[in-house]
Amino acid sequence: MPATETAAKLKLSRKQYLDLYYFMRLNREVEDTMTRLFRQNKIVGGLYSSLGQEAISVGSAYALEKKDWMAPMIRNIGALLVKGVPPRDIFTQHMAKYTSPTKGKDGTSHFGDLENLHIVSPISMLGDLIPVLTGVAMAGRYLGQKIVSMTWIGDGGSSTGVFHEGLNLAASQKAAFVLILENNQWAYSTPVRRQVPIENLADRAKAYGIASYIVDGNDVVAVYSTAKEAVERARAGEGPILIEAKTFRRRGHAQHDPAEYVPKEQREFWEKRDPITLYEKFLLAQRLLDAKGKKEIEDKMTALLEKEREFAENSPMPPPELASTGVYCTGDDCHKIQPKWERPIEEVSPPKSSVEPVWTVEGFGRGKSSSRENALIHFGDTQPAVEAPVNSPKSSGKPVAKSPAHKAAPAKVSAARGKARR
Amino acid sequence: MAPVTFLEAIRQAMFEEMAADPSVVLIGEDVGVYGGAFKTSEGLLEKFGWERVIDTPISESAIIGAACGMSYLGLRPIAEMQFIDFIACCFNQLTNFVARGHYLWNAPAPIVVRGPAGAGVHGGPFHSLSPEMYFLHTPGFKIVYPSTPYDAKGLLKASIRDNNPVLFFEHKFLYRRSKEELPETDYIVPLGKAAVRREGKHLTILSYAAMMHTSLEAAAALAKERIEAEVIDLRTLLPLDEETILQSVRKTNRCLVVHEDTKTGGIAGEIAAILFEKAFHDLDGPLVRVASLDTPVPYAPTLEEAFLPNTQKVFAAAKDLARF
Repeated sequence: MPATETAAKLKLSRKQYLDLYYFMRLNREVEDTMTRLFRQNKIVGGLYSSLGQEAISVGSAYALEKKDWMAPMIRNIGALLVKGVPPRDIFTQHMAKYTSPTKGKDGTSHFGDLENLHIVSPISMLGDLIPVLTGVAMAGRYLGQKIVSMTWIGDGGSSTGVFHEGLNLAASQKAAFVLILENNQWAYSTPVRRQVPIENLADRAKAYGIASYIVDGNDVVAVYSTAKEAVERARAGEGPILIEAKTFRRRGHAQHDPAEYVPKEQREFWEKRDPITLYEKFLLAQRLLDAKGKKEIEDKMTALLEKEREFAENSPMPPPELASTGVYCTGDDCHKIQPKWERPIEEVSPPKSSVEPVWTVEGFGRGKSSSRENALIHFGDTQPAVEAPVNSPKSSGKPVAKSPAHKAAPAKVSAARGKARR
Repeated sequence: MAPVTFLEAIRQAMFEEMAADPSVVLIGEDVGVYGGAFKTSEGLLEKFGWERVIDTPISESAIIGAACGMSYLGLRPIAEMQFIDFIACCFNQLTNFVARGHYLWNAPAPIVVRGPAGAGVHGGPFHSLSPEMYFLHTPGFKIVYPSTPYDAKGLLKASIRDNNPVLFFEHKFLYRRSKEELPETDYIVPLGKAAVRREGKHLTILSYAAMMHTSLEAAAALAKERIEAEVIDLRTLLPLDEETILQSVRKTNRCLVVHEDTKTGGIAGEIAAILFEKAFHDLDGPLVRVASLDTPVPYAPTLEEAFLPNTQKVFAAAKDLARF
């Protein structure tokens, strides 16, 4: 279903419209503040910009509920803000302060919160979060929590091996997992057309037997409504869903990179499609926002960021003795995470197993033999498809590929009867 | 009580921990319907169901990633590598993601990664590996490599209950060859504690896994020549039980390390460094290493035999060392 139809169906409330606006603005302001800090040499390491991609971070994370889980990537600061991370955590992380979530042990958006916000920390190696968030979804189902997990991957990261392993495991487990493939057209200096010889990365979903969407990544309402639909489908047990959000990376890979390899025309095209400018026009036109409301939001944001930045700047660096601590989880209180059961424990074991999470397909198609006949492939636990007789009037003299039997061939994917199969 | 094989000890440990704690699950290739390539999980699917005994596609990185993700919601997954050689396929997921989680962002990952390791059964270059040292260099793991059924069961139970990622190596040569009677009651063997398998005063032989048995055989032969070797089973390589090692070496003043892992970069080098740092004046002779050749594990029995340490090699090295 096109995102616009869904959006119409969703009927966002005024508050939701303004939330999306606020978080996109906050996303950009947080990053602009950090750019200033970077120029003042107050950011210890690299700084990665999501300029022009705010609609994706904000719109997709806004589709999650509080109990849901997510793992951001480096350009998903907007998602962190939506999930409830205060800007000070982002500032202190980048400034390697003792008050940061990792106490200065790691930087950027490499931090998480298992207990409250349900955020898994990313690492720099791409794709690894996909199986991790699949595991989160599997555990959530096992415990009966009805949660959805979400992570992001770039066009670049979609070429990793673990992207395949993770998405295939998610599909085979029918995990309640949503993957946002943020196609910003550049993996550092390599354009997407030199990474993959296909137009739509979402097409890959077909190979995993899962549903997918393609959305304008600079249209926050489209991103939100698509993500919302995907999250609810995943929660309802339809399995993992891939959303490709098309956008453009307007800055270099990081602050050091002027991105001179990007064609001028491409940059200009996308600068005219700034997601915040576009959305602001929409809100003003729809009278969801006026000059007064805009100023209120800006004042609120400025006051907040001023306070948060000051907190970060005034925070100390970690004491050197911290370096040797924390490799192992030791002591009785280091591991506080207890499984939160929301289904009867006896349901997980035979004979009372009650969840049916795995896919099964009714057939495995057919392959052409040397005599140009079709060799059926099917599983013993389903009925084999009926093959048209080789010499029947319909098939004789015609290429096999056009026979009616072949038309019926694509495997129907259906919700599992895992219990029955075993 | 009938004696229990090493393999059955592993199965019992998983069975008992899963029966006692619904947060324990098993995930891996062919662990369910088939019961594992070596049948270490036979009967688990029937007892605990497919939500807890999870057959996966051939995707080691995904197995580790998923196990780690499951642990974030309070589960204690056991992830099986069908052969431990395949742990190389998920090296990134283990070393960069799993091992660093607690140090970096306070995220403990109580998972156990276990699987059949080691040579001596003609498994060839891709089914015989001893990959423990790849991971010893990664802060964040605990590494266990038992040599007896009693230890295998007790250490695996302790590993499952541990709040850190534990790499648990099971020597497949011992699976059906090593048997002993096990207590009927629940017990654990704590991680990080070595065991003195034979007391002696002339030299210390440090070993683990299958080579521990080789070392004991060599020690018996040495005793006939009135050389009393003290044989210590390291059991856990990380954390290493320095106290027991130092105590023994301070008594015998000589140290021989025997391991099946290849020589260069094997744990003997690390132990040598520890002894030089902490027991330099107690040593009467050089630290001697008996280890596998610095080659891949070859397939032909004649080559594999040449590759591996054996009783004669340990005996000869120990006898030389005892002369100092």
